[in-house]
Amino acid sequence: MTTQETPKACPAKEQPSACTAPPASADPAASAPKTSRRDFLKAGGMLSLSSLMGTAALMTQSDNAEAATEWAEHFQKNYRLMTDAEKAEARARLERRYSQEYGKQVTVDTTGPQPGVLMGYALNIRKCIGCRRCVHACVAENNQSRGTKPGEKIEWIQVLRMERGKFEQGKMDHGYPEGLGIQVGGNAYTPAGQVLEGQYHYTPEAVPEQDATYMPIACMQCEKPPCVKVCPVRTTYREADGPVVIDYNWCIGCRMCMGACPYWARRINLTSPVLPKEEMNPVTHYLGNRPRMRGVVEKCHWCLQRTRHNRYPACVEVCPVGARKFGNLLDPESEVSKILERKNVFRLKAELNTFPKFFYFYD
Amino acid sequence: MQQLTRFAADYVGYVLKGGTKFYAWMGSLAVLILGMMYVFYLQNTEGLIVTGMTSQIHDGLYFANLVFLVGVAAGAVTIVFPAYAYHHEGMHKVAVLGEMLAISAVIMVTMFVFAHMGRPDRLWHMLPFIGIYNFPHSMLGWDVLVLTGYLILNAICGFYYLWVKYTGGEINKKWFMPLVWVAIVWALSIHTVTAFLISTMPARPMWFHSMMPIRFIATAFAAGPCLIILAFLIIRNNTKFWVDDSAIRLLTTIVTWCLGIALFLTLSEVVVELYARTEHANGLYYLMFGLHGLTNLVPWFWGAVILMVSSFVLFLIPSIRNNFKLLPIPCTMAFAGIWIEKGMGLIVPGFIPTPIGEVTEYYPTFVEWLLTLGIWAFGFFILTILLKGAIGILQGEIKYVAAK
Repeated sequence: MTTQETPKACPAKEQPSACTAPPASADPAASAPKTSRRDFLKAGGMLSLSSLMGTAALMTQSDNAEAATEWAEHFQKNYRLMTDAEKAEARARLERRYSQEYGKQVTVDTTGPQPGVLMGYALNIRKCIGCRRCVHACVAENNQSRGTKPGEKIEWIQVLRMERGKFEQGKMDHGYPEGLGIQVGGNAYTPAGQVLEGQYHYTPEAVPEQDATYMPIACMQCEKPPCVKVCPVRTTYREADGPVVIDYNWCIGCRMCMGACPYWARRINLTSPVLPKEEMNPVTHYLGNRPRMRGVVEKCHWCLQRTRHNRYPACVEVCPVGARKFGNLLDPESEVSKILERKNVFRLKAELNTFPKFFYFYD
Repeated sequence: MQQLTRFAADYVGYVLKGGTKFYAWMGSLAVLILGMMYVFYLQNTEGLIVTGMTSQIHDGLYFANLVFLVGVAAGAVTIVFPAYAYHHEGMHKVAVLGEMLAISAVIMVTMFVFAHMGRPDRLWHMLPFIGIYNFPHSMLGWDVLVLTGYLILNAICGFYYLWVKYTGGEINKKWFMPLVWVAIVWALSIHTVTAFLISTMPARPMWFHSMMPIRFIATAFAAGPCLIILAFLIIRNNTKFWVDDSAIRLLTTIVTWCLGIALFLTLSEVVVELYARTEHANGLYYLMFGLHGLTNLVPWFWGAVILMVSSFVLFLIPSIRNNFKLLPIPCTMAFAGIWIEKGMGLIVPGFIPTPIGEVTEYYPTFVEWLLTLGIWAFGFFILTILLKGAIGILQGEIKYVAAK
């Protein structure tokens, strides 16, 4: 357990402000206070928004807590621009709404990045048997939409099934052009080995299959994430400890990030997520697995609700063959650091310069 | 101030008056607009699930129309540029009509943006100061900026010109001409940025090439003037306003050249992609021939090719392009061909296969078709009003009469 080496995280119940301030925060609200015309205008804008909000609340003339909560949620700021007090308020608001909605005590954690931690992930593709326990554990942990209709079911991890490849003697003299010497052999255009032409809709009697290898894929938590660059409202961003997260309340659903992602890691909530009360995981993080709403994008965040409290992501915990490794890249004693040091690792689509913190390796 | 209120009152009064033909046209557009409002409501209560879009193919008909209409908006410059740079008299007379077309096209684009978004109720997050705007990193941010700028520029140039005509004053060239020049360059910028929107994503190899902006502009300067020619011919036949033959002839020339360039660029792309036939050519291959047995877009592609090539040939034949009775045929064909090629034919195959190799197809639903049709209807509704008002002023039928 290498994550234990990391400095102690603050308990979930505490205010985020009680934590030691992260050294390299990506949070603009945490930067040194400065007053400028821009800030002034921004404050003015928020002021008029909040008065609008108040008017709206008056107009609806309801003392219904839920309606008021929804209005307040609608006009809240981008998470990174919130002060600690506003974050606490937003958190309390969400906890109240979720608890009411799902009929159980739901917590919404707001723990920030911990100092000295840069999360990293390594996956041994030699070991993966394609059982997809990680996929199901992820769905159960992260409150994805369960529906049965197309578009209602969301999974963040895809396990691709790859052909081992078959070369046939019968095809030796076939190919094209026929006649003056074949230029494209008959054994071309047959899949073999690790390519991104895999199939994740496979239903074998048992795994692993003889003629297949498997390659799980999910968000690579890039150090230079293309999805973050294209987001017009900065709702998706890279946290200081590594993961790329989304402020679900700020996402406008433009789906530019989905187009920019070379790993097809992002999903859009085409409708209100189908999340049965009894299956809902009440331990949530604001930037992580809290229930999402219609029309916003979501993706893997390395189980922030767990990893910020020195626990492994659900997929790592559930993997029956130990193919998945997770830890602190800054700690030379962590499992991922050791793997990077001793194994031959590669990054997927490295030529795109996205610099994933998710590494593949063979034994 | 009093002049201004009179201007507004005269303008509205003139536009509201019309024959049965006018009311029938506006009425049928209004029906479509009502339908559009209903499905927009549906889409924002049920969610995007009522559309054919998925997590695999998450941009569809709306985005395709958005891209196409930015081109139409930019296409207005094919009138404004010859009018002011070459002092083309026929064009100068109708330059303001081009600006009116640009205004309506940008309004349609904005409506398609609303239709496309998963959370249109949160679009205020993009406003500077109250939201955070990812500037200058986000290409979509740039797109919103240039489109808004273009709308404002055209509204100022167009309505200032009309206002001067209305009051019978002189145009203040000191600031009007620089603004016109800015608007001309700005027209190029809107379509360039829209091309960058999709061509800056290495995750989508089909779009990831530097030819995109010039191809966008070539197709825009073919499709835009096609629509303008059609509008001019309708105006000539139905109003007292006369659009000079010379203006229509020049537009026809522009369409022909740009269509030729567009076809050449398409051909170049096909050769480059299919010669090497790497995995990155899968999108184009899907579009042209289908992939893994899925061939939904193949008829669209070949339909667009046939429309564009045959309209190009028709434009080259003098007896057709100079015959204003026949001219609407190649214009409609080219317009439709480019709508397919640049819309569905460019946007959808960008997602096929997905970056992890999954091949799926996109079927636009009734909701999407009706919403699309409704937005077009709304655009034509606005365009009719703007053109009618502008023509009234140009004809001198709306004129400021000082109070006695």
